[in-house]
Amino acid sequence: MQPSDQVFVLLKHWLVGQSPSMLQPAVSILLTIVPILLIFPVLFALTTVLERKGLGRIQNRYGPNRVGFFGILQPMADAVKSLTKEDIVPASADRAVHFLAPLVLLAVAFVPYAVLPIGRNMIAANLDAGVLFFFAIGAISELSVFMAGWSSRNKYSLLGALRAVAQMISYEVPLLLSSIGVIMAAGSLSTVEIVEKQAGFTGIFPHWYVLTPWGFVGFILFMIAATAETNRSPFDLPEGESEIIAGYYIEYSGFKFALFFLAEYLGMFAISGLGITLFLGGWLAPLPFLTWIPSWIWFFGKLLAIVVGFIWVRGTLPRLRMDQLMNFAWKFMLPMALVVVVAAGAWRFLPQGVTRWLISIAFLAGAYVLLARGVESRNKIAKRTYRFAE
Amino acid sequence: MSTPFFILAAVTLAGAWGAMTLRGLVHCALALAVAFAGIGALYLNLGAQFLGLAQLLVYVGAVAVLIVFVILLTRGGDADAPRLSAASFAPWPLAGLAVAAAVFAVLGWAIFHSSAMLSPTAAAPQNNIRQLGVALMDAYVLPLEAIGLMLTAALIGAVVVAMKEKP
Repeated sequence: MQPSDQVFVLLKHWLVGQSPSMLQPAVSILLTIVPILLIFPVLFALTTVLERKGLGRIQNRYGPNRVGFFGILQPMADAVKSLTKEDIVPASADRAVHFLAPLVLLAVAFVPYAVLPIGRNMIAANLDAGVLFFFAIGAISELSVFMAGWSSRNKYSLLGALRAVAQMISYEVPLLLSSIGVIMAAGSLSTVEIVEKQAGFTGIFPHWYVLTPWGFVGFILFMIAATAETNRSPFDLPEGESEIIAGYYIEYSGFKFALFFLAEYLGMFAISGLGITLFLGGWLAPLPFLTWIPSWIWFFGKLLAIVVGFIWVRGTLPRLRMDQLMNFAWKFMLPMALVVVVAAGAWRFLPQGVTRWLISIAFLAGAYVLLARGVESRNKIAKRTYRFAE
Repeated sequence: MSTPFFILAAVTLAGAWGAMTLRGLVHCALALAVAFAGIGALYLNLGAQFLGLAQLLVYVGAVAVLIVFVILLTRGGDADAPRLSAASFAPWPLAGLAVAAAVFAVLGWAIFHSSAMLSPTAAAPQNNIRQLGVALMDAYVLPLEAIGLMLTAALIGAVVVAMKEKP
């Protein structure tokens, strides 16, 4: 392909070729891993500014605008602040576990980037079971959240941690089920193959899975579950500031808090990256005349669009209460995800044409209406009656 | 018998040792989670991708969390109280060693007499996840359905046990 598309791959091959032959495997591995370790934290820094400015504008105020032009150097100021703050550990806290929890969370947050295809031929580890690897590593992060909450010896911290773990476990099920439809359609668990199956255009429309009925519903379910998995608003009850004063990170100050923050945002980017790979066609271009733009620019463009979506939702929707959250996961999203799996299967086996669109859309819409009515019937809101003094 | 194997084996054994000897109960549970992760990594080292990742997903992601929740829900605040001291139950370490030696002997006999050892040149399966899926749908569909039924029964049982009684 064009040199601008493969510029990083060619650069890496050249650098590996320049190094002595004994060190070549090590240099190759380093050159694959170090860019991931550099790029995504820089993206995190940019996202913090974007988020604060964006939330500020949604709330009709300026965001940070003192440090640097339009507040762009705010992350630097935040980094200096968090490094120089006093690191307070409660006297009765479990020091070893308290110290290890942010480290484990950060390590587990970086590992899933190995299976995300950032561009054509740009993937750190082309595993046969890439999607399964991603979910397996994501499941480990629940344990570190629990470690953080329990080791602080604080009732509210423990309560926040238990709520967060319950939320993460509940939303893992719709997350996995909504990606099963994609795995069925692509016939493989390898992320590279899933992206390649979405190549090609019919007329002007790409063959991305999000542009099929089951893919569209699946994408929405995936994004809602992703918001809940990373404890992002409107699902941030475990860490809400007005509810439980930062939940499981109450007792963390200074740099450890910054590490938790970094791990949360990295998790958000990773899961958005997986959503892009599964549903939005990875590094593929959306229109046939735009394929000259390099593949990695498309990936990061889509990632930024999803991040902007997350910020927008954060500024718009109110927080969900714990029981509303759990009801939503088990009573609405799980049945809907199962319906998406059935619809994906039906789509695969019906012949191409208008019938398969109509059947899928009718099935999904019917399931949605029935489920929504079923969930809504629990809160019977009666007409308000007033009782006046006689 | 390569370097990664030794490192992973050391991590797994350290986790298992910690699960036995650490004082706090939650520390033991976390050490057990490290042992599970070590076993998952050993499966990956042997090339069993699906098994290793399923081990990580199920054991570390679900079973370890389950163990920790159970500790908290049953012992609550005194999850860190010191457990029974070994001196008051003197025969237990010896009985434990005897049982461990017996299990090791049986496992060793089973492994050395199994077909994998008798024919050392086994071809590496290429796309083992696809083969696993085909086998589940083809030859082993009845066990799959039976397991599904059992899991449904467990789920319904859990909901029934946790449901509030109607007053």
